[in-house]
Amino acid sequence: MPKLLLLGDEAISQGALDAGLSGIYAYPGTPSTEITEYVQNKKQAREDHVHCTWSANEKTAMESALGMSYAGKRSMVCMKHVGLNVAADPFMNSAITGVNGGMIVVAADDPSMHSSQNEQDSRFFGKFAMIPVFEPSCQQEAYDMAYSGFDLSEKHKIPVLLRITTRLAHSRSVVITKEKKKQNEAHLPSDPRQYILLPSFARKRYKILLNNQPAFSEASEQSPYNYYKDGRDKSLGIISSGIAINYLMENYHDMDVPFPVLKIGQYPVPVKMIRHLYDECSEILVLEEGYPLIEEMLRGFINNGIRIRGRLDGSVPRDGELNPNIVAIALGMPDPRGLPVPGIVVGRPPSLCSGCPHIDSFKALNEALGSLPKGHVFSDIGCYTLGAFEPYNSIDSCVDMGASITMAKGASDAGLLPSIAVIGDSTFTHSGITGLLDAVNDNSPITVIILDNDTTAMTGGQESPATGHIEEICRGIGVKKEHIHIIRPLKKHHEENLKIMKEEIAYKGVSVIIPRRECVVALDSRMRDKFKTKKTIKA
Amino acid sequence: MKKDIILAGVGGQGIISIAAIIGFAALDEGLNLKQSEVHGMSQRGGDVQSNLRISDKDIASDLIPYGKADCIISVEPLESLRYLPYLSNDGWIITSTKPYINIPNYPDIDKILTEINRIPHHIALDADAVAKNAGSSKTANVVVLGAASPFLDIPYEKLENSIRFIFRKKGEEIIQKNLNALQTGREFAEQCLNN
Repeated sequence: MPKLLLLGDEAISQGALDAGLSGIYAYPGTPSTEITEYVQNKKQAREDHVHCTWSANEKTAMESALGMSYAGKRSMVCMKHVGLNVAADPFMNSAITGVNGGMIVVAADDPSMHSSQNEQDSRFFGKFAMIPVFEPSCQQEAYDMAYSGFDLSEKHKIPVLLRITTRLAHSRSVVITKEKKKQNEAHLPSDPRQYILLPSFARKRYKILLNNQPAFSEASEQSPYNYYKDGRDKSLGIISSGIAINYLMENYHDMDVPFPVLKIGQYPVPVKMIRHLYDECSEILVLEEGYPLIEEMLRGFINNGIRIRGRLDGSVPRDGELNPNIVAIALGMPDPRGLPVPGIVVGRPPSLCSGCPHIDSFKALNEALGSLPKGHVFSDIGCYTLGAFEPYNSIDSCVDMGASITMAKGASDAGLLPSIAVIGDSTFTHSGITGLLDAVNDNSPITVIILDNDTTAMTGGQESPATGHIEEICRGIGVKKEHIHIIRPLKKHHEENLKIMKEEIAYKGVSVIIPRRECVVALDSRMRDKFKTKKTIKA
Repeated sequence: MKKDIILAGVGGQGIISIAAIIGFAALDEGLNLKQSEVHGMSQRGGDVQSNLRISDKDIASDLIPYGKADCIISVEPLESLRYLPYLSNDGWIITSTKPYINIPNYPDIDKILTEINRIPHHIALDADAVAKNAGSSKTANVVVLGAASPFLDIPYEKLENSIRFIFRKKGEEIIQKNLNALQTGREFAEQCLNN
């Protein structure tokens, strides 16, 4: 079978494509973006008419994937961990409806918060929804789990969650692929009431989910991704989930670990296997990339059994991603650092690109607010969040997708004036529109600046769903025409832009300013494509 | 055979291309490989690194442990110092000396060079200037790769083949420019090693 050099993310896509995927749904978000992009760039997927355009947000993506599964086909929905919060409603309820065609939900977690506002562990969401969860340790497992995950999903008529973390998502290795399967024929669910979650039906569906729990547990006990490797030294037993196994192996010559090891890659946790390790060893070390999920379950409340070590007793740091050295220290090994980093080495945080349109927008906004003390600008998630740093210091919040408009509204309700929202074009369509409607309905005195750079820039330039018609959306939900302004964020228009900002900030109602200029990175890559004379795949 | 390499630079400087060239050559040699990259926020002008691990045995971790890296290949001098705790005692630093200044508190370049010169095994060259002299200022990253090539345990011709493959769609002129850059970097390193 062919060998491919793939990122963990790409291995998931290839596994899904080979398993007969009919559609992938997603909103871009690091570290999950490459899963969908791989399908979009893959000739095989185009020839097989695999659906792969971006969704407006994770909730719409999840529901579309559920709809494709309803129609009998195999679907995948991908998001970063915080995207699963957005999609939580359909996600939780999809566990109650169950599925028809196989459905895999991919959540890419970001421990250490390389590109995120928290490091929540999606395995808890899997447990919450009471569905099987896969957690790959390497690129090959990422491929295999996507490939075989659809079978488990269809066998038990349940969506399955595939949880990957940043390190594996963005690491390449060789993957051996399997035989390509055909897509499912479309067919309706055999039970016509399966998807009607009226209380009387939902109670029945919930019982089915509960009754399936032993089968999910048994699948974990039998899973090739969960295995017990005996060791000669029983003074310690090690439970390792996901990618942690690699950091463990790294610390032993020829990967020869002297202790018994239980490697976990499929949930619910294989209790029988854990019980066996617990009975064999005098102490347990739990290594998990993320929250101490297994460790907490193992300890329970009373914890009067053998000693359990991990993130909760400080053997492993409570936060952040693992690495070989953290695991070495937990095992009592030395920490062999090379030379120290010289004192002159300073941090180099990410920053807005030279020529970025947001720079001109922030300059105008800062000046428009004049001598006003800080604390009036609510922002959102995208490149423009970098406006929090020097030399701009332009924004005062960044919480979740769309929160700029709604927080500005709430603050204005409390009398904080002016209240300004700064949001990107893609984030606006993701979760900003409904908040703007709230503000219009209350005639809240807020100014919403929608930075329109024609793309979803931070995640690498995906097309933005509202390109060219943001002003129409704003008008459509009731923002007055005379208080919607499209401006060109360029130095030469600074005075004009400043005047508009000042006037609208003074206006006691909802106003929208749309600084519109293409992202310089997107422009650069568009120009390069143009000169390559190669036909681009972008629509 | 085992080579653990840390590639360092600033988002957009082309370290992923260096990783791809070495990676393709390593696979061509029948070696195992793991290569971890940075995507997302830091690509916007922040510090980025890639951990590239090559071995004839199975590779466990995607990340290189402290004190185990055989070399740090950096396209920027400040960035070459950021990962020193990962470098083994007899490891090499191969770095460009051309600073990329996009932060207000960028340290004095002479102080950075002094720190680089303190490292027992190092090769430092102004890759931008060398690349320009060799015919294309855009190939500075490949110049640095050329300077690192004596330390990779991969036959030089394999790296050349790799460049031909990776730039195959960009035309013969671009391939030739990159091959020149590789050669110029290589010659610089050999001169340093002979002195």
